[in-house]
Amino acid sequence: MKRAGFTQRWLPILLLMPQLVIIAVFFYWPAAYGLRSSFFLQDPFGFSETFVGFGNYLTLMRSPSYLKSAGFTVIFSVLVTFLSLAIALILAVKADRVIRGAKTYRTLLMWVYAVAPPVAGVIGLIMFDQSWGPLMDFAALFGWDFVLGVNYFDTAFAMVVVSVWKQIPVNFIFFLSGLQSIPRSVREAALIDNRSASGRFWDVTFPLLAPTGFFLLITNITYSLFDTFGIIDTTVKGEPGNNPMTLVYKVYVDGFRGNDMGGSSAQSVILMVLVLLMTVFQFRLIERRIHYT
Amino acid sequence: MTRLSLAAAAALSMTTGAATAQTEITWWHAMGGALGDSLNQIATDFNASQSDYQITPVFKGSYEEALTAGIAAFRAGEQPNVLQVFDAGAATVIGASGATIPVQDLMTQNGVDFDIEDYISGVRYFYADSDDKMIGMPFNSSSPIMYYNIDALEAAGVEAPTTWEEFAETTAPALVEAGYIPLAQSHSPWIFVENFMSRHNLPFATNENGYTGIDTEILVDTPELKAHWTALQDWEENGYYAWYGAGWDDNQAPFEEGEVAIWLGSSGSFGGLMQKDLPFEFSATYLPYWEAITTEPTQTFIGGASLFAMSGKSDEENAATAAFFEFLTSPEVQYSWHRETGYVPITTAAYDLAKEDGHYDRFPAAEVGIQQLSLPAGENTKGYRMGFYVQIRDVMNREFGRILSEGVDVDDAFATIESEANALLARFGQTQG
Repeated sequence: MKRAGFTQRWLPILLLMPQLVIIAVFFYWPAAYGLRSSFFLQDPFGFSETFVGFGNYLTLMRSPSYLKSAGFTVIFSVLVTFLSLAIALILAVKADRVIRGAKTYRTLLMWVYAVAPPVAGVIGLIMFDQSWGPLMDFAALFGWDFVLGVNYFDTAFAMVVVSVWKQIPVNFIFFLSGLQSIPRSVREAALIDNRSASGRFWDVTFPLLAPTGFFLLITNITYSLFDTFGIIDTTVKGEPGNNPMTLVYKVYVDGFRGNDMGGSSAQSVILMVLVLLMTVFQFRLIERRIHYT
Repeated sequence: MTRLSLAAAAALSMTTGAATAQTEITWWHAMGGALGDSLNQIATDFNASQSDYQITPVFKGSYEEALTAGIAAFRAGEQPNVLQVFDAGAATVIGASGATIPVQDLMTQNGVDFDIEDYISGVRYFYADSDDKMIGMPFNSSSPIMYYNIDALEAAGVEAPTTWEEFAETTAPALVEAGYIPLAQSHSPWIFVENFMSRHNLPFATNENGYTGIDTEILVDTPELKAHWTALQDWEENGYYAWYGAGWDDNQAPFEEGEVAIWLGSSGSFGGLMQKDLPFEFSATYLPYWEAITTEPTQTFIGGASLFAMSGKSDEENAATAAFFEFLTSPEVQYSWHRETGYVPITTAAYDLAKEDGHYDRFPAAEVGIQQLSLPAGENTKGYRMGFYVQIRDVMNREFGRILSEGVDVDDAFATIESEANALLARFGQTQG
């Protein structure tokens, strides 16, 4: 069999060039520069620098505050991903059954999607405000003396709530369209086989939703690791203090606030490697179990 | 093209021609809100006062953001002519000696009279190098002072305390009795570490607080400072002191709402408090001191920020910057800035003008900041110069949060601060090659 292809060698290269140039300029070049500066300690203005080898990495590994924010990042990401997926799935399954007024109902659920993370953070700040936040009064009903920005746990709690709230609508839209693309015939057949609604959900609906779920899992992990930056930034109000911080926010705090170029470059490199590993893991192990129709 | 639009085009080209004859300079700053309005007024007045130069102020966010933006712009060759840098960032900018033109050199090279002795003693050397040459122009200089709710103190039948002993034994119990939270403060590293050192004339770091060398080590794991923080922890427990987090406004709000009777803030907060029309009478006085540590308390450090002339600009633009600095330090401009914001007037002439005008007869509290900066000096009250100081302050804030909200032991917290801060200082030393 003859392979279809280009007759000239330069044409495919030419066609690829714009994309390659963009990747080179906006990813490879900065990444290479970041990798290089992670081995140096550099004057913020760039006048002088000292080669320190893996010194910046060793400093991080020995730093209790870095390890603490690594631990927080794991807990935070797991909670945000799990809660925003689970709540959105419940809402989608319920909304799928609604027939009358379905459109209004769905629109209301999707609304929050239009809110940008920093704005979500500001709304969270208002809700959790120390002296007049409505959620503070709600917490007080349970005898919970909630103080944002003072108590580590309370601040973390507020960050998780706001991040989950912000992410539910996106997941909801995808789950709902995933549910609606499941053929009627399959559902009806399942109805004959199994009388239990929850049994039908786990045996039929859930596996058929898996491709959507997998896509959402990846986007939600990315969201909880990276896009929550704006929420965390507004919640800590410019003073990191003893507030919880994710690793991405710590890169910003040390690099852009503290002007420690070498240390924050090392942190970015660590994050880059983590994301690489996670991507490989997700596609190698999880995607194999998912069947696309 | 109609005749009218031709005429309009001609007129337009004439005006742009006139505009380009002026030398334009930019000024990046971090003054938002009412402070930003006062700052823009200074720029407008400067532009109106002469026709050769035009300055454009640009708001760049918080102090940290303005510094980072200035550094990034410098590396890209796009730096502004004037950059506002706050106290904690001074070491970073002064350490990079090629990044700025020392103010003193800029002024003399452009034929502007400059005498460092014209500046009041508390602000004179903070942004100077080890040879006492002024590198940054002190601009919005403040000092932490003690604001108090007069109604609350009267209700409790006490006076504003001069010492912390008096606060703990007399003032605080009476205020609690009268239904108030006695004390709050807005910036722990600045008020309860840096100025704690200068008020008691204690060394803050080796190498004369960091001015004379790069291999500086911080000195915070000391009995005096730890005693103060142990007292704070006790006061918090028995309701004498309340901590509302590391944010400035969260600690100021309860004072404005009348819940907290005494609030330690910046002398630069005065203008804002006056504008807010609080439901009670307030006044201010000096920061208290511990009689157990000293009976001769000294002056405090300035806080706030200074203006740096960035290098890599043409001679014409540098002349414009010098002219602007001359305008900025004139007694009239300094006095109006002082009157509107509460920041201290930085020259003796401006201070005298404020006195002559009767400003302090009308608002005695407005004089507290400058009086406190003019108290007797000591060998440790000139200021401090430490690299990566923004991060050091973040470490302090983190540990103070743990002391005050998690009950972490004061000894452990200060051992952590000292070791992490010294690691940061050593790292900064390495960045300087």
